Amino acid sequence: MTSAPALEQPVSTAESAEPELPTPVVAPESLSVKFNDVGRAFGGRTVLRNVTMTVNPGEVVAILGASGCGKSTLLRAVGGLDVGFTGELLIGDRAVSRYDERTAVGFQEPRLLPWRSIRRNIELGLPRDLEKSAGKARVDELLDLVGLSDRAHLRPREISGGMAQRASLARALARQPGVLLLDEPFGALDALTRLKMQDLLMDVHASTGTTVLLVTHDVNEAMQLADRILLLGCPDSDPAEGATVKSLVTVPGTRPRNRASQDLARLGSQLYAGLGVDSH
Amino acid sequence: MTTTLATQSAPPRRAKSLPGGRILIGAAVPLLIVGVWWLVTGPLNLFTATQLPAPQSVIEAGVGLLDGGALFAHVGVSVQRVLLGFLFGAAAGLLLGSLLGLSRIADGLLHPTVGAFRAVPSLAWVPLILLWVGIGEDGKVLLIAIGAFFPVFTSVHSALRHVDPHLVEAGRAFGYHGTRLLTAVQLPAVVPPVFSGLRLALAQSWLFLVAAELLASSEGLGFLLIESQNNGRVDRLLLAIVLLAILGKITDALLGVIERKALKTWA
Repeated sequence: MTSAPALEQPVSTAESAEPELPTPVVAPESLSVKFNDVGRAFGGRTVLRNVTMTVNPGEVVAILGASGCGKSTLLRAVGGLDVGFTGELLIGDRAVSRYDERTAVGFQEPRLLPWRSIRRNIELGLPRDLEKSAGKARVDELLDLVGLSDRAHLRPREISGGMAQRASLARALARQPGVLLLDEPFGALDALTRLKMQDLLMDVHASTGTTVLLVTHDVNEAMQLADRILLLGCPDSDPAEGATVKSLVTVPGTRPRNRASQDLARLGSQLYAGLGVDSH
Repeated sequence: MTTTLATQSAPPRRAKSLPGGRILIGAAVPLLIVGVWWLVTGPLNLFTATQLPAPQSVIEAGVGLLDGGALFAHVGVSVQRVLLGFLFGAAAGLLLGSLLGLSRIADGLLHPTVGAFRAVPSLAWVPLILLWVGIGEDGKVLLIAIGAFFPVFTSVHSALRHVDPHLVEAGRAFGYHGTRLLTAVQLPAVVPPVFSGLRLALAQSWLFLVAAELLASSEGLGFLLIESQNNGRVDRLLLAIVLLAILGKITDALLGVIERKALKTWA
């Protein structure tokens, strides 16, 4: 007996109060995402070009940019929802495939099946080869994680927008993705619900450790949630050239960050300037 | 997709004041009509028996036909024709509608042709059916099937074409494709419009039944209509009409029960 297996989670002493630790609902192998000169054109119109960067396993990267600058296009390429891009895109060490099963997408709209209960909607995200009992246990845990256990039997139209978005997040987590892709998931929510959802996402990330790519147009949300922020934009000289990486910044501090911090305020005005907005 | 909906428990069920209260309310107007009918034929004597026989003579006509078993034969054969025609027509409509609704190639290839056939008023097929199939049982069932086919085809086809692409993409993103995608997302999404198509098709089936039986038949409710007209038996004529109304309503209600069950599961 030498050392413990490298993958094993560090276990505290047996006497420690176990229930206080967040239960790892999903223990995925977080995967890296490598963009190598990724571009995308729709019918001759270049939307994205020359995107090169690496997202480390377990990292949260926010993709920030003005409307229509190709944020979602980049995210859809990672999820294999759109395979028309140029360049090279690796998840882990394998190229992305059509509807890549190593990723899971949380869409801007919850996209729940209206005829299925919340529980059955979350089941939709389970991997196909998972045993029934294991699947049920995982859905139970996810329902608990997103706080919907007592609404599991309801249909999507019977719950609020915020709850629907939580169900959508749980569905994405059900397949234990190596990379979680979120496309402005909180964009349609009211300000208060949005803050709660951001906290939930931080909890989820803390307990799963999955890599997260988060598309957003909200500077504060990006600064609150991300380790790094990828700012996409077009060159001011010629917007028709297509968007590319304008800057890639590391957000100072660790989560949860103080929303009133000076450093964040400075970074914020820098990002707003990058988005072409006067920060006053 | 709807975005925000207030959370609330299901609306409280309206307390039923009377068991079967809805049926009683629904029966009020028909009873009133029968009452007025009785009034104008009996006590007021506004019509002669050849113009408008009294309700009781219609019932007597029914009882008279019941004696020889003729009434059951007429009703039985008509119901059989409608059900067979409806089943064949609806099945064909479901199949072809699904094929064209799901496959772009099949749609491009066949939809203009089906659309052209749909543009032909269905009764225009009658002379051709008479020549090719004859107006025996086969011809009648075929005509009813044609009547039932198009509403089902159109509703299935357009519903499948218009399944929310967001939902389909979400299904695909979670690894669903082919038959699994069809049964998990596409078919449940089209259940409500398909049932409206089926109910429309059933009504069409009764319409085409009468058309077929008026043309040529030796039994059935359409035959009862034309025979009573020829013999001046207005009482039997009215009986046939009342029976058509009742049978049409019953079959539609049965389909409605199945629809409610399906909507509970799928919608």
